[in-house]
Amino acid sequence: MSIMDYFRRTQPKSATLAKERLQIIVARERVRTTGEPDYLPRLKQELLQVISKYERIDLDQVSVNVERSGDCDVLELNVVLSESERAAVRAAVSRGGAPASRNC
Amino acid sequence: MSKVVVVTSGKGGVGKTTTTANLASGIAALGYKTIAIDFDVGLRNLDLVMGCERRVVYDLVNAIRGEATLRQAVIKDKRIETLYVLPASQTRDKDALTLDGVGRILDELRAAGFEYIFCDSPAGIEWGAQMAMYFADEAIVVTNPEVSSVRDSDRVLGLLDAKTRRAELGEEAIKTHLLLTRYAPARVAKGEMLAYQDVLELLGIPLLGVIPESTAVLQASNAGTPVVLDPTSDAAQAYLDVVQRFLGEERPHRFLESAKKGFFSRIFGGQAATA
Repeated sequence: MSIMDYFRRTQPKSATLAKERLQIIVARERVRTTGEPDYLPRLKQELLQVISKYERIDLDQVSVNVERSGDCDVLELNVVLSESERAAVRAAVSRGGAPASRNC
Repeated sequence: MSKVVVVTSGKGGVGKTTTTANLASGIAALGYKTIAIDFDVGLRNLDLVMGCERRVVYDLVNAIRGEATLRQAVIKDKRIETLYVLPASQTRDKDALTLDGVGRILDELRAAGFEYIFCDSPAGIEWGAQMAMYFADEAIVVTNPEVSSVRDSDRVLGLLDAKTRRAELGEEAIKTHLLLTRYAPARVAKGEMLAYQDVLELLGIPLLGVIPESTAVLQASNAGTPVVLDPTSDAAQAYLDVVQRFLGEERPHRFLESAKKGFFSRIFGGQAATA
């Protein structure tokens, strides 16, 4: 062991770095390949357009998820209507979220 | 009862062909009728590593297309009585391998009494690699302790789970094994290389073996003699352990720690001991 090794020791070991980077990338790629279909962003955009015809909503108030429970894929759509809108419109639309479609 | 085993990795140059040659040789040497098939259509390397390149007349694609019988295409090893090689074609035709064709060849080999059928996958995750893994019963995922190799192995594990016959038919999943190659314990000890425990944790499949980085592997491929045929090196012994484990025997993992530094290397800086 040379003197230089002593100084280098204060930096994180490259193997540790490799492991941390891999943990992140592998976790992300597993979600992408096994989880949600790639049409979700577009679906979200189009749903937003349709709903905004009737209600004033923001993009971040719509969430679309695919969840897997056993052999069953559940497409879940959540639309949150704002309080002020609700008072103004008093629309008899079901508030909060409900499973929109099931595909078993 | 025959078993189709794919040797795969995603990344190139990690030791698929070396592993195929050594496992096939090691298992055949125990008396099992074994064949190694090169799926790397267009490149063809297994014949070189196994030392039968001058005896190639017909190949896998000829057999699939019916231009030769399987018996004509298969090469019998000159050293081990029960070992055979089916070389890859050097055609550049990408559609040379067909699902039907490969399935038919494997059926014929099963009928001919082969007990172990090793499929040496090409690098990548394209058609050739998918053909090599499609009919597999078990998969050996060859990985180097290095970021790109580990990531590619993870992708390949995803494919084994989804794009194979067993997955499509909803049968019992392909049994996967991790084989870590080119492992340098001294560098792991210094924190320069991923430890085998880290790779195991990341990939989450059972460890079949760890092959230490060894000059014997290159020398063996230079000569066209699988390294297990001269079991003096660490790498050869590690491969022979892998053969036993693959056949179901319990064997402790060896060559995981670097050799202890001697008195002189401690004093004089010890490159020799850590190399």
